[in-house]
Amino acid sequence: MSVLRVVWSGFVMNLKMLGTSSFFLLTSTLQPVIFATIAFYMFKSGGRTGTLLYAALGAGMMGVWSTTLFGSGGMIQWQRWQGTLELGVAAPPSMALVYLPFSLANAFTGMYSLAATLIWGRIVFGVPLHLAHPWLFALALPATVVALGLMGLVLASTFVLYRYANALSNLLEYPVWIASGLVFSTAILPTWTRPISWALPPYWGILALRHAALGGGVWGPLGMLLVLGVASIVISAYTFRLFEHLARARATLSLT
Amino acid sequence: MIEAINLRRTYQTTTGVVRRKRLDVEAVRGISFSVDQGELFGLLGPNGAGKTTTIKMLITLLLPTSGQARVLGHDVVDDAREVRKRIGYVFGGDRGLYERLSAYDNLRYFAELYGVSGHRQRQRIDEVLELVGLKGREKERVEGYSRGMRQRLHIARGILHDPEVVFLDEPTIGVDPVGARDLRQMIADLITVGKTVLLTTHYMFEADALCDRIAVIAKGEIVGQGTPAELKGNVAGGRVTEIEVFGVDEATVVRLRGVGGVSAVTVEEQDQKQLLIVQTTGERELTQPLLAELDGVEVGRVASREPTLEDAYVALVTAE
Repeated sequence: MSVLRVVWSGFVMNLKMLGTSSFFLLTSTLQPVIFATIAFYMFKSGGRTGTLLYAALGAGMMGVWSTTLFGSGGMIQWQRWQGTLELGVAAPPSMALVYLPFSLANAFTGMYSLAATLIWGRIVFGVPLHLAHPWLFALALPATVVALGLMGLVLASTFVLYRYANALSNLLEYPVWIASGLVFSTAILPTWTRPISWALPPYWGILALRHAALGGGVWGPLGMLLVLGVASIVISAYTFRLFEHLARARATLSLT
Repeated sequence: MIEAINLRRTYQTTTGVVRRKRLDVEAVRGISFSVDQGELFGLLGPNGAGKTTTIKMLITLLLPTSGQARVLGHDVVDDAREVRKRIGYVFGGDRGLYERLSAYDNLRYFAELYGVSGHRQRQRIDEVLELVGLKGREKERVEGYSRGMRQRLHIARGILHDPEVVFLDEPTIGVDPVGARDLRQMIADLITVGKTVLLTTHYMFEADALCDRIAVIAKGEIVGQGTPAELKGNVAGGRVTEIEVFGVDEATVVRLRGVGGVSAVTVEEQDQKQLLIVQTTGERELTQPLLAELDGVEVGRVASREPTLEDAYVALVTAE
């Protein structure tokens, strides 16, 4: 069994499934446009027209985070309802490996949010799409998506044990937007929130993207994305193993 | 190939909202059996008897509360990964497939998970599709499949990686008679190609037709074990009397159970009437004493016959 083959086939399979979901396509199409419109009007009313691209990137990342969060949260629950969670558990590869491509695919589809936001901003609000470091932007984008996907994998592991843990998804959407500085700068938040922001891949992701687009150091945030990505792999490998064992003991893998 | 030693599984559940009470429910109560290579072994029992719990422990989806189980020499708790590589399993019912994907995409994904090499995948998928009779329909999305087609796809997925041992949990449940007959033939074919099969079912004729040996499980315990002929032999020497009645009450059934020579009485509801199935021991003709106990009850057809596997099963699962 090749790890890459398992990841690739799971990734492609999940994209195919997401592509056939009308609900997913509709929300994915509309949500970023709504976010973008609100963000642009907020920043315009503040009279800071020079920061429109800053706002566009933040709004786009809000969509990426929402897609990753609800995708990862719903993934395990949806598999449980569909009766395929047990198939994933009973397969020879580790659970973390089985579900890694699902999380990556969710985060990957979130990239659409970013693209849609930037295009919407360009066409409707005339946001200039001049990027200070286009190549670094091209590097920061997939790095952010992968880091978010890996964070989604950690969240997904908790849903293996707790049947209704996807309610947690609803709690984590807005706080992460705020703590990551997607809507406004984290500089205006209390100092004690800083460590929380630093532990969040969306914080470093948006920093990397904004610096690549508007100017600033990109390698530092990219390094942090790498560190958090590796940490997420280690944590999820452990939590999936632990929660799988507990789920087998508590019989929470299926609904019956 | 499969060995269960004093296997036990307890579920914990709670009752009440404010004053919560924790309850322990014993689903499997210390069962032991073994399945030899190339054997088709049946676990037969009513709903809730512990069949699925047993199979889920054997395929590593549930941890036993106590006891031991080994599949192909590997412990299902300590060596779960080795077990998973070598077994295939099929659950009955609609669930357990990626609905929005085609059958081919489903099989391709599981081929990757089970390490079927890239160059072998297409050929192997074609083989199993042919075997289960889904060739030509493999590009259609599973959500449009009938129950029978889904079951065939379940079986294709279960044997895709050519496992030595196959677990089948009520594979024909809800499938129409013709489809179920085809599935039974498929299961029989697995044995001819050298697989070892553990089958759970509550259909007597299915177990009778397919299984080399059967363990009858009731309330989490094995209450009888042997070949279908041996199990039938447990009620041999006796007879089964079937009496059609209209509106029999529980008190009368209890009286019938008290008639000397009666080993079991079951009531089968049939629209406006009931069918009393009375199992008797020995050769003594009991029709008259039974009819005497039915005094005042409208009686229809009365017939006497040889015991079947179903009678053996009923006798085993109803025995206190």
